[in-house]
Amino acid sequence: MSDNTLNLTLRVWRQPNRNAPGKIEEYKISGISTDSSFLEMLDELNEQLTVEGKEPVAFDHDCREGICGMCGIVINGVPHGRGNSLDTPTTTCQLHMRKFKNGDVITIEPWRAAPFPVIKDLAVDRSAFDKIIQAGGYVSVPTGAAPEAHANAVSKLKADRAFDAATCIGCGACVAACPNSSGMLFTAAKITHLGLLPQGQPERALRVKRMIGKHDELGFGGCQNLGECAAVCPKSIPLDTISQLNRDLIASLFKGDGKH
Amino acid sequence: MAVTGLVLIAFLLMHMIGNLKMFIPVYVNEVGETVNEFNHYAEFLKQDLLYPILPKGVFIWIFRLVILACLVLHIYSAVTLWLRANRATASKYTVKKTIKQSFSSKWMRWGGILLALLLTWHLIQFTIVPTLAGDHDPRSLVIAAFQQPLFVAIYVAMMLVVYLHLAHGFGSAFMTLGANTSPKAERVLRVIAHWVAALILVGFVAMPFSVLAGVIN
Ligand code: HEM
Ligand code: SF4
Ligand code: FES
Repeated sequence: MSDNTLNLTLRVWRQPNRNAPGKIEEYKISGISTDSSFLEMLDELNEQLTVEGKEPVAFDHDCREGICGMCGIVINGVPHGRGNSLDTPTTTCQLHMRKFKNGDVITIEPWRAAPFPVIKDLAVDRSAFDKIIQAGGYVSVPTGAAPEAHANAVSKLKADRAFDAATCIGCGACVAACPNSSGMLFTAAKITHLGLLPQGQPERALRVKRMIGKHDELGFGGCQNLGECAAVCPKSIPLDTISQLNRDLIASLFKGDGKH
Repeated sequence: MAVTGLVLIAFLLMHMIGNLKMFIPVYVNEVGETVNEFNHYAEFLKQDLLYPILPKGVFIWIFRLVILACLVLHIYSAVTLWLRANRATASKYTVKKTIKQSFSSKWMRWGGILLALLLTWHLIQFTIVPTLAGDHDPRSLVIAAFQQPLFVAIYVAMMLVVYLHLAHGFGSAFMTLGANTSPKAERVLRVIAHWVAALILVGFVAMPFSVLAGVIN
């Protein structure tokens, strides 16, 4: 354990509710251990605010081990706060204070995108993602005896790609990073995950039409292939999943599986 | 967006090859005729291409209509995307960094508008005014124009904007059409886009500079 501590200036977005206007407020905080996580630092800020009789800062979190997708804050202009470092992106809960220097000024904001309205302070409503999944991000499994496994061989390449795509935790950083607030990377991860496996085939053409239709209807922007999303994704979902989605979409236009 | 963009690029490549014929000087062939390759090409485009399948002079109008339709559809999709993005990003960050997107990709929209303006100028200068004036010697027209540094400057500015537009656009179009199959494919597409954009830039500006320098006369 190192005994290094940090004194920081935090510029935090405060917004009482969805409809009230918000603004940046500045707080000083001292004695933060470099071994603590970013969220632990915010916990300390909230203790300090509570002692001072002020409203603590609302932020989302759950597992704090990078697997649930609940946490998500824009830190110094970068979702999850990786900044310009070449480190593999992490979730906010896996960002540690050793990445910061004593005296740093840190700007902390919520995801900003019209389909992700602020609930309070740094917490946003990401149920738009659930609606995209409901529109087609599932497979229908008929009841009955389990099918014989060898009848459905999956190539190792496809299995790996599907698995990698399935690791998306739905955090929404991709949307937060995108200059168009597009939700394509999230949608493409699910399309790739299900579209490469045998179970996903019967609904493949319909799925992509329905999910993209819902994505657009919810007010997410369009994709310009800029790559900002993949650069912040804590699960390293690659940009090429979006091309996979586009391939499926183009193929679906030639299939008579109804309209979205 | 992607399909219309690629049709426009195909057009640019063809246009570029046509322009490069300016480098072939007017010469007298073995049977004593004066040959003006550039004017001949222009004449061929306007009158003889696909003749006698189509009547003389019809192809050029079909061609113009297709290019114009692509341009209109291209701009229509660009505006639609822009409006969607504006609605989706209505609330702004106080601090926002971009960490991956290229310089050229940041210029797609304003650069596109600039391109539309310069393109309009270009058409007025080399197509609309000469046609109205009944000019039948495009070679002399081009030489007269590019002996003036101002017109060379405007033309080069237009081609630089095209360069920026295509350095992102060419790769992006293929990604939109599904060609980005792996991180390596993405890198290759982005590099190819820069080369195609550079080829178009060099292929177009070589001729006006040569006129200005007196190499073509
Ligand atoms: C010589 C004419 C032009 C060519 C060859 C061309 C080519 C392209 C290509 C290939 C793309 C990429 C498409 C994709 O990503 O799917 C693109 C994108 C774009 N173009 Fe053009 N374009 C031209 C003129 C214009 C004009 C006049 C405008 C202006 C309003 C414009 C606005 C845009 C915008 C905003 C995009 C970004 C969309 C995106 O990245 O998906 N373009 N262009
Ligand atoms: S694609 Fe990555 S950034 Fe987007 S929601 Fe999934 S895990 Fe988060
Ligand atoms: S709190 Fe679960 S991923 Fe960060």
